[in-house]
Amino acid sequence: MEILVCARRVPDTSENEIEMNSAGNDIARDDLVYSVNEPDNYAVEEALRIVERSGGNVTVVTVGGDDDEEILRREMAMGAKHGVLLSDQSFSGADGRGIATILAAFVTKGHYDLILTGVQAEDGAAQVGGMLAALLDYPFASLVDSIETLEGKLKIGREIEGGNREIYEIDLPCVLSIQTGINEPRYVGMRGIRQVASVPIPTFGAADLGVNGNVTGAAVKVKRLDYFVPPLGKGAEMLKGDTAEIVGQLIELLKAKGGLK
Amino acid sequence: MARIFAYIVHKGGVADDSAAELAAAAGKIDATESPVAVVTGWGADCDAVCESLRASFGEVWKIANAALAYPNAEIVRQALVSVLPSGSLVLIPHAHFGTDLAPGLSIKMDAAYVPDVLGIEGMDGAVLKLVRQEFDGQVNAHVRCDISTGAVITIRPGAFKPVERTAAGGTVVDKSAAVGALTARRRYLETIAAETGDVDITRYPVLVSIGRGIEEQENVAIAQDLADALGAALTCSRPVVDAKWMEKSRQVGSSGQTVKPKVYLACGISGSFQHLAGIKGNPFMVAINKNPKAPIFRVADVGIAADILEFLPELTSRIREK
Amino acid sequence: MVEAISSPSQATFWFIHGRVLFWMVNVLGSACFAYIVARRLTPLLRGQRDIRFDRPLVRLGRLLQFWLAQWRQPRYLTAGIIHILLFAGFMILAIHTVSLVAQGASNHPAAPGGLYGAIADYAATVVFLCAVIAAIRRGIFKPSRYAVPAKYGKSHTAEALLVLAFIAILMVSDGLFEASGAMWQGQHGGTPEVLGPLTLGWVLKGALASVPAAQLRSLHLGAYLIHDLTFFVFLCFLPLGKHFHVVTSLFTLYFAKLDRGAIKPVRWDVPDEQLDQVKSFGVKTFSDFTWKHMLDFYSCADCGRCSDQCPANAVGRPLSPRFFTIKARDYSFQHSPMWGSAHNGQPLIGGIYSEDEIWSCTTCGACEAECPLLIEYIDKIVDLRRGMVDDGKVPQSLQKPLKALESRGNPFGKMEKKRADWVKAKDFAQDCKVSILDGGHGADTLYFVDSITSFDDRMQSIGRATARILHSTGENFGILGTVEKDSGHDVRRFGEETLFMALREHNTEAIKASGVQRIVTSDPHAYNALQHDYKDMPPVEHISQVIARKVRAGDIQLNPLPESNAYGNGDGNAVGNDVYTYHDPCYLGRHNGIYDAPRDVLDAIPGLKRVEMQRSRDRSFCCGGGGLALFYEPKEDQRMGVKRVQMAAEAGANVIVTACPFCLVNMEDAIKVAGMEGKMTAIDLTELVEKQMR
Repeated sequence: MEILVCARRVPDTSENEIEMNSAGNDIARDDLVYSVNEPDNYAVEEALRIVERSGGNVTVVTVGGDDDEEILRREMAMGAKHGVLLSDQSFSGADGRGIATILAAFVTKGHYDLILTGVQAEDGAAQVGGMLAALLDYPFASLVDSIETLEGKLKIGREIEGGNREIYEIDLPCVLSIQTGINEPRYVGMRGIRQVASVPIPTFGAADLGVNGNVTGAAVKVKRLDYFVPPLGKGAEMLKGDTAEIVGQLIELLKAKGGLK
Repeated sequence: MARIFAYIVHKGGVADDSAAELAAAAGKIDATESPVAVVTGWGADCDAVCESLRASFGEVWKIANAALAYPNAEIVRQALVSVLPSGSLVLIPHAHFGTDLAPGLSIKMDAAYVPDVLGIEGMDGAVLKLVRQEFDGQVNAHVRCDISTGAVITIRPGAFKPVERTAAGGTVVDKSAAVGALTARRRYLETIAAETGDVDITRYPVLVSIGRGIEEQENVAIAQDLADALGAALTCSRPVVDAKWMEKSRQVGSSGQTVKPKVYLACGISGSFQHLAGIKGNPFMVAINKNPKAPIFRVADVGIAADILEFLPELTSRIREK
Repeated sequence: MVEAISSPSQATFWFIHGRVLFWMVNVLGSACFAYIVARRLTPLLRGQRDIRFDRPLVRLGRLLQFWLAQWRQPRYLTAGIIHILLFAGFMILAIHTVSLVAQGASNHPAAPGGLYGAIADYAATVVFLCAVIAAIRRGIFKPSRYAVPAKYGKSHTAEALLVLAFIAILMVSDGLFEASGAMWQGQHGGTPEVLGPLTLGWVLKGALASVPAAQLRSLHLGAYLIHDLTFFVFLCFLPLGKHFHVVTSLFTLYFAKLDRGAIKPVRWDVPDEQLDQVKSFGVKTFSDFTWKHMLDFYSCADCGRCSDQCPANAVGRPLSPRFFTIKARDYSFQHSPMWGSAHNGQPLIGGIYSEDEIWSCTTCGACEAECPLLIEYIDKIVDLRRGMVDDGKVPQSLQKPLKALESRGNPFGKMEKKRADWVKAKDFAQDCKVSILDGGHGADTLYFVDSITSFDDRMQSIGRATARILHSTGENFGILGTVEKDSGHDVRRFGEETLFMALREHNTEAIKASGVQRIVTSDPHAYNALQHDYKDMPPVEHISQVIARKVRAGDIQLNPLPESNAYGNGDGNAVGNDVYTYHDPCYLGRHNGIYDAPRDVLDAIPGLKRVEMQRSRDRSFCCGGGGLALFYEPKEDQRMGVKRVQMAAEAGANVIVTACPFCLVNMEDAIKVAGMEGKMTAIDLTELVEKQMR
């Protein structure tokens, strides 16, 4: 099976302190470290397990610039056979739909049985997978937490509320967004990345993909203006005093509110 | 101004709470016109839902089809595309079903897409001004969306307070005939229910809930002690389940269970909206967290900036003394 | 004419002339033994290279200490004494036994007599008695460390008793041979050999008093036959089980590791710069082990002392050093059989070892400190971890800190630019200015802080206390500041060699650029790394050594503790005086031999009452591990730290003093988990000294 995984380079929330900059309109970017979007690792790991079971290759693709190559190499160190960079001046500023359009153009250039994305990235949008499927007219499922390969189709599990799961059969080719926790992604260290340091990563631009002018500029309908931290408002009443005093106050409050008999 | 449609999630003939939230959100976009409720489904359940919505929506569009008996987003999307006029604004709750349906819907309707909106500031010409969050809820963002060719917007559960509506006296319009052929390239097989744990956390009036701040599996006992002393159930947020320190049946949140306790102690929980989405009924919430800037303190009633590993044992022993 | 009792070489055994028979037995037996040993050596020839031929004089010295003088044996006194006697007996009897065996195949007279003969007789008697005592101890009293948990297979008692039986038979048959010969001589008018009173031979001779001549002759020849056969059966049995150590111990001890605290390179025959060309890191299959490590597997005497001391084993983690070795030995026996081809190559992880088993080790070194054969464990565990890292098999709980170490230089994911923020704490910064070198010059002494002391809210107080101490003694010191990265000590020990080398390179450059003449640290893991993992560093000391020196010189004056100490009970009410105990951190004590300096410091505080825990110094019980071990989530019955604080309580202490930030973290956590808050306190040596300095 030929599997394509769409990945993205983001400022990792666990290794960064997201704070406002001094102007108060963006996050402070000087000290940010970037890495591959954590949920994408689960998608790549799942893809690797599928090809280990049934044969085939995994290709990882990202839309970006030179800086983004490092995440492709990381996923290749994990075991992906190919890494592809989709890069062009005209791509910058593209919104979710623009990214999906670029990816769709790449997909149609090749042949992939299965396309995976991570559940969401740092913007919490969780949109590219569903959009890509619609653009390609492939079936789609989000929050996938199990995949079983059958002939020409897959049996998948989907996470819904209450800890319950829906089971579907979905035709190939299709697009799936993979929920975290579906597997335990294997470790990739510096050595692994060094070993793929010189593997060529093909780059495709707007002309190669046939995406001209319809991803940025007027085509962008959704724009983020700034970042801000909301005024705190009332918030919680913080209890003061030493531990013993706070415990005492809390016990009184619990009694009053019916928490303690 | 395009018409606003609110997609209604329903189960067992009853509309989800999000219906009223969508109506409230629609009101922020356009205060003059009532949105249209859209219900897909089949049979008596579908009819019952449509009936119940007449009280709060001016118009209810019923899309009934055997293929829509189970809410399969892939099929629902096709139905909506055939029925909804182009250029419409479609509001959908941002949850498991909505995120499955909405992105693809925006493409098929050639509309803009803004997910997980928690604030609506109003119109500015053909541009809608919205508020979202990024980076796990650590920062907010002002977003502008050009709705000239329509828009699909998913609404964060609990972000918009339902507005009390007097009987809107809505009519039910049957749009089922407009639905064309429906192809099922994703076919529903079954639903596997979550393993019922030993404890049904939805039945407890007092809950002690732990998050990442519990740090290690061995510390869970400290929280269990407190729960025992209070006669409460011990629950948790998602990271605790992912780390396999507690069973999934104890998880409170959008992908866990929804609880309606009287008192909720959030211990070492940061307050992500996915977790808060599982808490309904506005309980008395006490938050204990060693990070005084944790988002939980914005929603709790009472806050204590302390290390739960030190605070909880003290609290437990004092409670036991009494 | 004195009729000599028939000598075995001249008698006839079932139509075979004695000399021929025994010549055949000796030759066949020796050939069989040689063949078995050669088969056993074959896997070693396929193993990785190991550098063990250097420093011959040092090695010889250690051989005398650990082999001849049985240095480690008395640590378990009963078994130790028995073994020393058996070993000494074997050494003394060596000449006697060989000449006895030769006797049957030649016309030469019996084994040397005289003084040597008398000593040999007593040695044989002692060996016999020890064998009997050992058998009773093993078979009836069954000390717990010999027990074999069900998951590791059947009990090894049968094998042990069989060997003791062989030994006993050898001694008895030898004694019988001598006794019957002497008896005959006495009866036939010759001068019997003198058999020392109360020796085995002497006793047996007494028992033979009324045995007729013909039967004496049969006994004499029969005893010889039994002795000779038993000798060769035993000899050939040695390489088939744990008694191979009888043969291999000489070599294993000679080739034993000399550089404690250090970790072997990935490949001894590949320099660091060429490591990129190595296809596979670490040990994944059996032949990835070095020949010395394979020799170690053969040399295990199955004594169980390592597992008895292993803290991971004590708290129910899936690791038992004894079985780590025995399983590898059995794997080798099974896959390189006596005949047939070797079919090696199965992956060890997922085969004889589980991933959890290998991650459970805290590298505390208790096993290595105990083993009488100086068998190495840490290098093997690290090599197996290197293999798992190479294959991506790292538990999620460790992937996060490793990733953070790579991007932020510390396992917590905190920003590098905040690494030196601990010096800015208000009360502290006012009276103690800490110079931050940040790439520049200006100090003689570097205080290498390392990650946990820099970033952890609680451990920062160790940093501040250390800085205050250095400041008060007029040290011209500085810290690297934001250019400092994690020492990488535990990154290396958890198998991530490449990341370790990157951290080491970075820190080495920073240290060299700072131009410091010496390094001080309050973190024993950093100390060990700078001392053994880093190359060409200025001299390194742990802060306890610095304090001890300054106290001796009078540069530091320590105030007496107040009459009613209030450390142990947080409520400030004195309940008698506090009792202190010192917990030896593994990387200060066992790995680097620094036991006395911290104790001297404590004893220099007037009014401080100190007790020793039963397990102290090189028998100290690991707190649970430092560095990456803090992040790993093992399957265990109990925390190591909890066991340790209970040991402190048992010793009568209510204050634990330690000299390592990781020990302090684990102790404080354990006090909470064990519900001992208010009854036990943990404090770092620097914090205590700093308090008493004012």
